[in-house]
Amino acid sequence: MKPAPFAYKKVRTLEEAVALLGEHRDARLLAGGQSLIATLNMRLSQPSLLIDINGIAGLSGIAHKNGKVEIGALVRHVQAEGNELIAKYAPLIARAMPHIGHPAIRNRGTLGGSIAFADPAAELPACLLALDGEIDVAGPKGKRTIRAQDFFKGLFETTLGPQEVLTAIRVPAAGKDLRTGFAELARRHGDYAVVGLAASARGDGKKLSDVRLAYFGVGNTALRARKAEAALAKGDIDGAVAGLDLEPYDDVQATGAVKKHLAGVLLRRVAKQLMEPAA
Amino acid sequence: MSGTALDISLTVNGERIAERVDARTTLVDFLRESLALTGSHVGCEHGVCGACIVRVNGEIVRGCLMLAAQCDGAKVETIEGLSDAGEITDLQTAFEQRNALQCGFCTPGMVLTAQDLLQRNGAPTREEIREHISGNYCRCTGYQAIVDAVESVAQTRAGAKK
Repeated sequence: MKPAPFAYKKVRTLEEAVALLGEHRDARLLAGGQSLIATLNMRLSQPSLLIDINGIAGLSGIAHKNGKVEIGALVRHVQAEGNELIAKYAPLIARAMPHIGHPAIRNRGTLGGSIAFADPAAELPACLLALDGEIDVAGPKGKRTIRAQDFFKGLFETTLGPQEVLTAIRVPAAGKDLRTGFAELARRHGDYAVVGLAASARGDGKKLSDVRLAYFGVGNTALRARKAEAALAKGDIDGAVAGLDLEPYDDVQATGAVKKHLAGVLLRRVAKQLMEPAA
Repeated sequence: MSGTALDISLTVNGERIAERVDARTTLVDFLRESLALTGSHVGCEHGVCGACIVRVNGEIVRGCLMLAAQCDGAKVETIEGLSDAGEITDLQTAFEQRNALQCGFCTPGMVLTAQDLLQRNGAPTREEIREHISGNYCRCTGYQAIVDAVESVAQTRAGAKK
């Protein structure tokens, strides 16, 4: 199990990366490599060129500005895990971090890579969806910003253009009334989820509004459960579980029926986190 | 730097190395096949088992999920280097005394991961030890003895500091 031959180029600027993506249509960007190199080893992917973007300056910052938290594409999981700005202003991401991979994976894996890879069982795409986050990309026509809800298209598929590079993700900075919840079931701590749930809401005592429930591991992308959101906003947890609008399919980890049941179990746990946040 | 063959220079266990590598060569294959450092093992080759763990610039990484080409200019340390430096002698002794290995295939990665935990957290709980080694498969021991060994070294090191 070894990768097919490819060329390797370490670039120093975004422009260089974008230009190379134009010249080599089957090139892949190498960030943390924790998913990409595994797929190369298994020859699920056989690009002619790897464009290593780790040397591009300015993509590794974490900032709180204009009411938002901006996280550079090359910020590594380990860096986000211990970051005070993320703990304070993006608590949902902070909650999700310990579930992502294992220490040796978190030392290399990047937040931008996880979003761009769009694994349907990954934590971060669901967090972005739950927070109504945004994704910045740079391409041959300059920069653009895409809302998370418009970014994830299908299984490992996003609206990133063939010559575009993800440069940062952004989420609204948490206000006093922001509540977050996160729960995940995995066979082994750190593995991809069998089922997981990332959630946000505004809270006033036990009353919730603007509830956003983003499930992962239950479909081709992270998915909102909108009927359950509406029920939860009325304080009806049983109704939310009974009306859970998900149709998970069978996969190697569990049948769709088991996943649906587990989604309800997670919903009860997360509802409690949202309604009774620790002081 | 571009192309399918690349010249890299790095330090491995303190020794300066300059070699030409194939772009597709993973770090663990480079260490084993070009440098004959066979202590780092090749298990699953897709980041699941942890047998290939080495240190790059002081942080533990999967040797199968990093390319040798990415280590140009880096400081790489393997189980051989840590052993020779005496950094993990107490962990190795505890693994042996508590039967925390049988076939030994996972042990180099397990010891590097345990050392990484003990450097960050001198007094981990058993739960924290389990969590930190969650990315390292052992198919022989059932982990109990490994957790015992890591816990006993944490206690001994903490005692030695007092």
